[in-house]
Amino acid sequence: MPVYIAQRLAQSIIVMLIVALVAFSLFQFVGDPINAMVGQDTTQTDREALRHSLGLDAPVPVQFLRWVGRAVQGDFGLSYQLARPVGQLILEKMPATLELALTAALLALAVGVPMGVYTGLRPDSWLSRIFLGFSLIGVSLPTFLIGILLILIFAVWLRWLPSFGRGGVVQIGRWSTGFLTLEGWRALILPAITLALYQLTLTMRLVRAEMLEVLRTDYIKFARARGLTDRAVNFGHALRNTLVPVVTVVGLQLGQLIAFAIITETVFQWPGMGLMFIQAVGFADIPVMSAYLVLVAFFFVVINLTVDLLYYLIDPRLRVSHG
Amino acid sequence: MAEPMTIRPGFWRRLLDGDLAYRFRQSPVAIVSALVAAIIILGAVFADFVAPHNPFDLSTVSLLDALDPPAWMEGGNAEFPLGTDSQGRDMLSAILFGSRISLMVGALAVGFAMTIGIAAGLLAGWRGGWADALIMRLADVQLSFPSILVALLIDGIARALLPREVQDQIAIWVLVVSIGLSGWVQFARTVRGSTLVERNKEYIQAARIIGVHPVRIVIGHVLPNVLTPVLVIATIYLANAIITEATLSFLGVGVPVTQPSLGTLIRVGNSFLFSGEWWITLFPSITLAVLILSVNLLGDWVRDALNPRLR
Amino acid sequence: MAPLLDVAHLTVALPTRRGMLTALDDVSFSIKSGEVLGVVGESGAGKSLTAAAIIGLLEPPLKQTGGEIRLEGERIDNLPAEALRRIRGKRIGAIFQDPLTSLNPLYTIGRQLTETIRTHLPVSGAEAEARAIRLLDEVGIPAARERIAAYPHHFSGGMRQRVVIALALAANPRLIVADEPTTALDVSTQAQIISLLKRLCRDHGTAIMLVTHDMGVIAETADRVAVMYAGRVVEIGPVREVVQAPRHPYTVGLMGSIPAIGHSLDRLRQIDGAMPRLDAIPSGCAFNPRCPQIFDRCRQERPNLLPSGETRAACWLLEGRHG
Repeated sequence: MPVYIAQRLAQSIIVMLIVALVAFSLFQFVGDPINAMVGQDTTQTDREALRHSLGLDAPVPVQFLRWVGRAVQGDFGLSYQLARPVGQLILEKMPATLELALTAALLALAVGVPMGVYTGLRPDSWLSRIFLGFSLIGVSLPTFLIGILLILIFAVWLRWLPSFGRGGVVQIGRWSTGFLTLEGWRALILPAITLALYQLTLTMRLVRAEMLEVLRTDYIKFARARGLTDRAVNFGHALRNTLVPVVTVVGLQLGQLIAFAIITETVFQWPGMGLMFIQAVGFADIPVMSAYLVLVAFFFVVINLTVDLLYYLIDPRLRVSHG
Repeated sequence: MAEPMTIRPGFWRRLLDGDLAYRFRQSPVAIVSALVAAIIILGAVFADFVAPHNPFDLSTVSLLDALDPPAWMEGGNAEFPLGTDSQGRDMLSAILFGSRISLMVGALAVGFAMTIGIAAGLLAGWRGGWADALIMRLADVQLSFPSILVALLIDGIARALLPREVQDQIAIWVLVVSIGLSGWVQFARTVRGSTLVERNKEYIQAARIIGVHPVRIVIGHVLPNVLTPVLVIATIYLANAIITEATLSFLGVGVPVTQPSLGTLIRVGNSFLFSGEWWITLFPSITLAVLILSVNLLGDWVRDALNPRLR
Repeated sequence: MAPLLDVAHLTVALPTRRGMLTALDDVSFSIKSGEVLGVVGESGAGKSLTAAAIIGLLEPPLKQTGGEIRLEGERIDNLPAEALRRIRGKRIGAIFQDPLTSLNPLYTIGRQLTETIRTHLPVSGAEAEARAIRLLDEVGIPAARERIAAYPHHFSGGMRQRVVIALALAANPRLIVADEPTTALDVSTQAQIISLLKRLCRDHGTAIMLVTHDMGVIAETADRVAVMYAGRVVEIGPVREVVQAPRHPYTVGLMGSIPAIGHSLDRLRQIDGAMPRLDAIPSGCAFNPRCPQIFDRCRQERPNLLPSGETRAACWLLEGRHG
């Protein structure tokens, strides 16, 4: 087991380094940071002085190492657009995105898995057909479109729910949470549904496909031939075996939620990291863009590692056998 | 002397006579979706002739017509069946031209992704060794990120690199490149797999022994055989590409307002949602949704047709 | 005494676009308590289908369209699903062909055993585990007490088939339906498994319906044998009679094609032609196109099972003869 974990860790570090390289390259090759920071009247001498004080005239590999060193401590420099430390900016926005992503992930799982199980067990029922039709729509509609339609129906026409912002937010230390107020929850509903829908659909289809495959296996046939109850066969055996590969894929999909949050946050003006990133792209705010990139990569890598670990724990075939 | 590309004889005959065409004729869903898709696609392609107005010809656009509701509502004008936007442009025409842009960017992006993907896949599969390792590693890293993020990044970099004046003009090409670059991986992987399979076949080995130049072998023999799975992926990716373009345009980093795609129209209309002019957003939204759904359904159908296991 | 299992005029059909295809046509046989009936025939003759029909696990759209199946005098083919489930495992056990896929890879064999035991017998967990260990001992798994916590992939194919047999015997059924239990094993393991099966069934008084295409296994193990062809029983009788003096031309061909040790052959003898597909079964006797002794009546009328000695064979050649 330690070998397996060590291998995965090594791979993760390599991926992070590659991402760091890309993020750093953004600085090197895209525009001149000095020009972005000073006005047009600044003299050449002053520019050179500034360049030197920022260490921007050192050889590239040295700059890279310094950059990595700073990045690991959370220092990504100053935003071009807002002239504030990027690290601080991210810390401010992170709770909003994480709460949204977490809620959406739970929603996608809590609804997607049961729907998948049902359509796998009773593929010909009318309810299954409805679920499948719904899933086709979920896969076909772009996330922003779903958001807009939800806003149109629930915020504009019915006026039941707010259409932008986080509602009432409570500050606990560094973390601002929307979970503690009714307003916070009301503001969370539409964005969470919007973000969750695509994942929900994918999860449902995946669980269904796996379930159908598993139900055709020999060991399920044998379980039935032994007279095990339907409940034991469908849930004790079939479901258990279905969930094992599903865990991996779903885990990886959840990582994608953090990236898809970009769209949802834009539609609902949700003050999270995604909205921050879009604004940075529009402004060519390189420090923010590269910081976001590194952070998202980091999240992915951590999630991938966790999923691998989980898979290892769940599937006995992966463990070294003693027999 | 070049070998003629072998197109299997009777493909269309088999398609039309087979099980699938029979089921298609029996399925109301398939027929309706095909019809609807055809209407939108044809309308988009022939927008110049079909659209009642030209929304980009400023001389025909008048602010007096601005914010008219759809023709069946109070205050509507039969001349503008789906209403007008804040500049007085006809929504129906804008939607038709917008669909054209959406389809064009989507198709070009798929073409771009396909070209790069096929080239990379052929190279990796044929040469093996370091070329293979490098390309596949690159693919793996890129695959661990959602394609929308990759597209956004490339778009953002392009934006930072290009002077502001040029940006609007070549926005479409930037989009094609970024969406294409975010999607080459699937093509590359499939082509690589098929190439590896073909490479070991006897007729390829024979050609190599005879001394046929590797490039001619690859292009003349290997390529035709890997095309079927590529077409399957292309149909899936087309819907994806359209969605990505619409998303990028909605986010403000896609097609500019001067030549709006459906995504841009939706973004512009978004600001009018609360003031009551819902039609500026709703109709492009419905069109986009229907377009993607139809592409998906047709793609499913084409995939089943090309799947040897179902014949 | 009434037979343990009585299959009378069993007919199973498959609805297709082109109409109903008959997969089993008027199959009749019986098994006495404690007896071993071999069911032999080529692939596609309907042996596995008969087994599936008996335990009530016909896969839709296949369905029984005629005939009766009686277990200890009571009809079981028309029972509701829950009643059938209670019979499976408790009164009729089943063993399938591939030991590598018959066991759920995610559960220990102990768990799979105790689950089966507790489904049918009202015993406590500890008692079930004790029984499981005894069963494993009986089927010849060494160090049963330790190995009960092992997973299926820790065992070889032969060992897994022993576990499968243990599972089938867990609730002490009166009849075991064994569908090609040794086909997937190597020759020496085959012999072990067959002798194990024989011994266990003698010890417990269990009857076996042994489905196989291997005549050698039948000759060694079975008391009586039924020969199937194109979904019909063409000959049935005591093993010695059928093997040494086959009546039906098909059985004659089968016996003749088995090479005997000590004789040299230039080429293997085989029956010309092939078994007909379901949608192309000839009228009259199904074997008539390949039969070397065909005459007119064979093409027109389908023969019933006619007696000859203690055997019965479906061949017009037997008409007018008496045993």
